[in-house]
Amino acid sequence: MALLPKDVSAADFSAALTKFETAIGQQWVFTRDEDVALYRDAYSPFWGEPDERLPSAAVAPDTVEQVQQIVRIANQHKIPLYPISTGKNLGYGGSAPNLSGSVVVDLKRMNRVLEVDDKRHFALVEPGVAYFDLYRHIQEKKLNVWIDCPDPGWGSPVGNSLDHGVGYTFGAFRDHFGSHCGMEVVLPNGEIMRTGMGALPGAKSWQEYRYGFGPSVDGLFSQGNFGIVTKMGFWLLPQPESYLSGIVTVPRRRDLIPLVEHVNYLEDSGLIGQPEYTSPLGGGLGGPPDRALAALLSKPQWPTDAELDGYAQQKGVGVWSVTLQFYGPAKTVQANWEYAKERMSQIPGAQFRDGERYRFPLSPEEAAKVPHKVALGIPNMAIFMIGARSPLNPTPQDGHLWFAPVIPRTGEAIFEAQEAMSKVYREVGVNVGGPLQLPQTWHPRTFVMLVGFPLSRSDPQINKRSREAFERVAQVAAEHGWGEYRSPPAFADLIAGLYSYNNHALRRFAETLKDAVDPNGIIAAGRGGVWPRHLRGSKA
Amino acid sequence: MNRVMVTTLVILVAAVSRGALAQDHVQQQQRGRQVFQYWCVPCHGSGSGLMGIPYLPGTGALMAKYQGTLPALLEERTDMSPELIRTLVRNGITIMPFFRKTEVSDTDLDALVAYLTRNNKK
Repeated sequence: MALLPKDVSAADFSAALTKFETAIGQQWVFTRDEDVALYRDAYSPFWGEPDERLPSAAVAPDTVEQVQQIVRIANQHKIPLYPISTGKNLGYGGSAPNLSGSVVVDLKRMNRVLEVDDKRHFALVEPGVAYFDLYRHIQEKKLNVWIDCPDPGWGSPVGNSLDHGVGYTFGAFRDHFGSHCGMEVVLPNGEIMRTGMGALPGAKSWQEYRYGFGPSVDGLFSQGNFGIVTKMGFWLLPQPESYLSGIVTVPRRRDLIPLVEHVNYLEDSGLIGQPEYTSPLGGGLGGPPDRALAALLSKPQWPTDAELDGYAQQKGVGVWSVTLQFYGPAKTVQANWEYAKERMSQIPGAQFRDGERYRFPLSPEEAAKVPHKVALGIPNMAIFMIGARSPLNPTPQDGHLWFAPVIPRTGEAIFEAQEAMSKVYREVGVNVGGPLQLPQTWHPRTFVMLVGFPLSRSDPQINKRSREAFERVAQVAAEHGWGEYRSPPAFADLIAGLYSYNNHALRRFAETLKDAVDPNGIIAAGRGGVWPRHLRGSKA
Repeated sequence: MNRVMVTTLVILVAAVSRGALAQDHVQQQQRGRQVFQYWCVPCHGSGSGLMGIPYLPGTGALMAKYQGTLPALLEERTDMSPELIRTLVRNGITIMPFFRKTEVSDTDLDALVAYLTRNNKK
């Protein structure tokens, strides 16, 4: 046994492990080095270095009662625990804890779909249920609902939403925590609590009315460390009759400003789902830009609007496109597309092209052919194309470190973010960002200017450069009023420290709660930048 | 019991055992196929990937790696050793992470090995 939790004696740790084995079965307590190593973060930015966050052991309960027993034993012996759902939060920490030496509570075995109602449109699931599992359950039972899933389908609705994960379909469903309704939580003292209507014994609307009565506390359990969530409800989309996409292309760089305004109007009016911005000038999955464009983009001075517009005109393409997605009855999606075209024709030179069209339900064969499956709530793993070896990318990386700052939903903010952040990336020597970078539009009300810094399990210099880029750009972003919506454990303190309004009043409030609710500091120490009193201020 | 009867009995027991073993092996391969379908096919199956690219990520990776000298689809391979499969599942490679035992148990990994090596030359 190579690692002990901080301030825990070998005797106490051993006694706790023995009690864990009695509580959940010896085969579900993992202590051998080769088993514990499977809980490392495969995309750790400190892979193999002293600062890598490593667990000491792992336990895998099957029931809520077993989770309670684990928490009570941990309290007796002051053992730090770190719960994971499916443990696939790659790029944001994977299955590894914030505090080295924590015992991972692996909830993968708790994988029951407890309820799906396709008349009232909700689901209730355990943490080990993956999006793939929930989707299959719905398909097998031919239920009339959709899920909203993130890019990798092996994630968990519970875990993803608790880390403020996001998806690709319609409106608020894309905000996975925002579309949750009702939780069951094992508190740090081992008690079970249900939130919202779940606090009313025999409640008939636990998954439908989020607030119940009194203070709403659900948010404490997202990016937080106040308990272990063992059940969670989610609102689902009723399956629409049809889907239609349309592509709008505008000719000039500055057209992005009115383009975003029009799209905001359409989305906030409930007429479209997730808008997806791209640049027809190249890059992305279509391979690197051609030599002339690459030279233009890498000029020491930022390329001017006229230069980019001229290049686009010469190539006969626009500078920006947006794909609009319409969900609903066939007649209304067509009418909404016509309205969008009419409205956006106000941008001189705007061009419009019909995209894909589907009627639901799709057969499995039809579903398999959909190019952007997550837009239809179909979980898959195609996103791993990014970074993987492929005919277009002969030199794969070993992972990535997501940097995910939230910026306002305007064209002006995109331009400002492109320039400010790319300046840092260039200085550090990381090839991301640039004048064609566009935001992620998962959140219905903001943009995320996402970049993935490359990571390596064999070259620490690559990781060092990516860490340096992350730290510097996070500071620059904060100076502009942009903060991360999510962070790997290695940077949680940095990011939480930047949310410093009124002398860190928010963090101090969370710490006050932490001391009261979890006096032994056993649950997910450091998650969200919130540490228990005995570890506060120390570099854990 | 005379010698003939003993010999017959031994042969019968051996035949039944071989039959049971073969049956076990078939069941193990069937389980291995299920494990493959659940955990591997989303990246290593056939079909189209992101935005209509005509291969999935794992299949595209092996296509680029082997340039046609070996099948890009794992189910078509006949050269992978049990050790290689175990190493890849428990250690990962490039962006493919490793898998915990709550995901792919040792028993399921044995089954996966049995399935992916079913066509190997003995």
